[in-house]
Amino acid sequence: MMTARAYAIVRRHGAWWLAAQAALTILAALLVWWTVPPLLRWLWWTADWSVVTANLRLFILFRYPTEAAWRPALALAMTVAAVGLAVRRAAARQSASGARTLLWLLGAVLASFVLLRGVGSSVVPMNLWGGLLLTLILAATAIGLSLPLGIVLALGRRSALPLVRWTSVAAIECVRGLPLITILFMASLVVPLALPDAWRPDTVLRAIFGLTLFSAAYVAEDVRGGLNAVGAGQYDAARALGLGSVAMHRLVILPQALRAVVPAIVGQFIALLKDTSLVLILGLTELFGVARSVVNQPEHLGRFREALLFAAVVYFVLCGGLSRVSRSFEMRGRESRRGRAVERT
Amino acid sequence: MNAVVRHPLRNERIRAALAQLAVAAFVLALVGWLAAGVLADMRARNLVPGFDFLRNVAGFGISEGPAFAPTDSYGRALVVGLANTLRVAVVGIVLATAWGFAVALARISGNVLLGGMARGYIEALRNTPLVLQLVLWLSLLRALPPLSEAIALGSVGAGAGAAGGAAGGAATQTAWLLLSRKGAAVAWWQLTDGAPFLALDLPTTGRFGYDGGLVLSPEFAALLFGLVVYTGAFIAEVVRSGIEAVSHGQLEAARAVGLREGQALRLIVLPQAMRVIVPPLTNQYLNLAKNSSLAIFIGYPDLFNVSQTVGNQTGQFVAVLGIVMAVYLTISLGTSLAMNAYSRRARWVGR
Repeated sequence: MMTARAYAIVRRHGAWWLAAQAALTILAALLVWWTVPPLLRWLWWTADWSVVTANLRLFILFRYPTEAAWRPALALAMTVAAVGLAVRRAAARQSASGARTLLWLLGAVLASFVLLRGVGSSVVPMNLWGGLLLTLILAATAIGLSLPLGIVLALGRRSALPLVRWTSVAAIECVRGLPLITILFMASLVVPLALPDAWRPDTVLRAIFGLTLFSAAYVAEDVRGGLNAVGAGQYDAARALGLGSVAMHRLVILPQALRAVVPAIVGQFIALLKDTSLVLILGLTELFGVARSVVNQPEHLGRFREALLFAAVVYFVLCGGLSRVSRSFEMRGRESRRGRAVERT
Repeated sequence: MNAVVRHPLRNERIRAALAQLAVAAFVLALVGWLAAGVLADMRARNLVPGFDFLRNVAGFGISEGPAFAPTDSYGRALVVGLANTLRVAVVGIVLATAWGFAVALARISGNVLLGGMARGYIEALRNTPLVLQLVLWLSLLRALPPLSEAIALGSVGAGAGAAGGAAGGAATQTAWLLLSRKGAAVAWWQLTDGAPFLALDLPTTGRFGYDGGLVLSPEFAALLFGLVVYTGAFIAEVVRSGIEAVSHGQLEAARAVGLREGQALRLIVLPQAMRVIVPPLTNQYLNLAKNSSLAIFIGYPDLFNVSQTVGNQTGQFVAVLGIVMAVYLTISLGTSLAMNAYSRRARWVGR
């Protein structure tokens, strides 16, 4: 029987194909054999992880005071709760108030920002912010702010008014055609020049400005995709009900469009999380910056690879985890939609 | 008397005109405000607006690329930087395409071991920042053996140390590919005066560097390798989803008419998948070109890196940044336009 099966496989794919498969397997096994044992040996014996264990606080909080560490924790809990609520509302289709959900998200992000900075005597200056904390702040604030901006740009791009349309197209395409690093540099260079001395924003704010501008152009394209997916019948129906342009978009079009682009926006957030590593060029020390700077400590000289690898694992867990969560939500959404469709028929 | 007199703001036409006017005023005000700020700052620092500074002598060297001497101008420095950007982007795009397709095929090969490895590779590279990867690659390259003990792949010969003495009798190596902390050197065709105009030139380890072959500096090698494996992971996913977008019936039909697996993929599936693959593939090409600006983190003199040096020396940061942005926009928008034209044609041909 075995031979009959093997014969069938050979008949179907040809002997060359089988030989190629065998060769590929051997090649792959050799590759594993050559790379994995030395890597494990390095990880276990050669590597000295004290550069990570001794500096864990720097990696996570950087110079943010430890006695105020409850503030980042609370901010994180607040933001996660707000996002979770928004996702649940979106999934439950209670989103005649899509705008309100957006405002909540924005509010949570801004409240977190204020909480982290503090007021009056409890202010923690932003030059003490760093590490994973800064990575998360930059990514969350930039995505939170770029959502409304991106929606405005996407709507502008579909506007019937030529000037509005051209401005939106120009803004979106220019930003998408430029490397992030040039936009960050411009944000840190040109924007302060246009403001009076007393208002010169902190470097963290400049970075957020640049990241928001960059991300908004990509969010706008995602949202445009969502808007295109809304059927023309929805527009006709909304107009037939006598809704004006603003009410139509707020109550009918955007809730549907935005629900469709949630996965794309999560993807954008993941990309942003990785891209925050470029703010090093402005002199900020986020996760990657910490990995680069701790190896200057005399007792950890030359432990660059350990520090980098640790930072890479943190990024990997965050980004990989987020994309997994998003994918499972997508699956569930698809199933529930299918379920509803069955119910309706 | 009871004729409905509508308030002017209720009139659709007037509202539209006002909205356009508001947008135009906003954009003009923003641009004017930024320009005024920049000009005021330049006055305060005694800088002359304009691009005349590009003709001044640069006074710094550039480690690689087209010939550049410190006596050349700032403008020439930027051109050399652009050449370096294009060099790494073009080579990177070719290699990343080949690598991405190979990984995609490995992923869908049905070979459990190979597919699992491809998947792990894609996940690991897509979920970590490129900057971090680039810095890691450069640090690994710098940990390679010194030149005298270069790793030789496809070794052709080893001889006694050249010129003896200081070389300490270290053997010279000749091979198809040499790797050491001085970078990489690959066999390459060189123009010769002899009968065959192109002769294969194998690299040899010399005393201070490689002799012959195509020599890649550690920075270039790290940047190229980093960009290729990073973008390759994204391209692999683009290719895989393109292939999976072709309906399974096509593959079954191809088998039914007696095509082998490889033939079915090459003749039936891939041509149809290409229509899905090409637009996101172009995006990846543009990403690679834009990401090459991360060269500044590992010290490769690309356009952005050189522009920073020029800015530091002249103080003309805004003008230099403007030039860099204009160059990147030209590359990006040009490619997008070409792409749109292509997909319009592809749509006509297809279906």
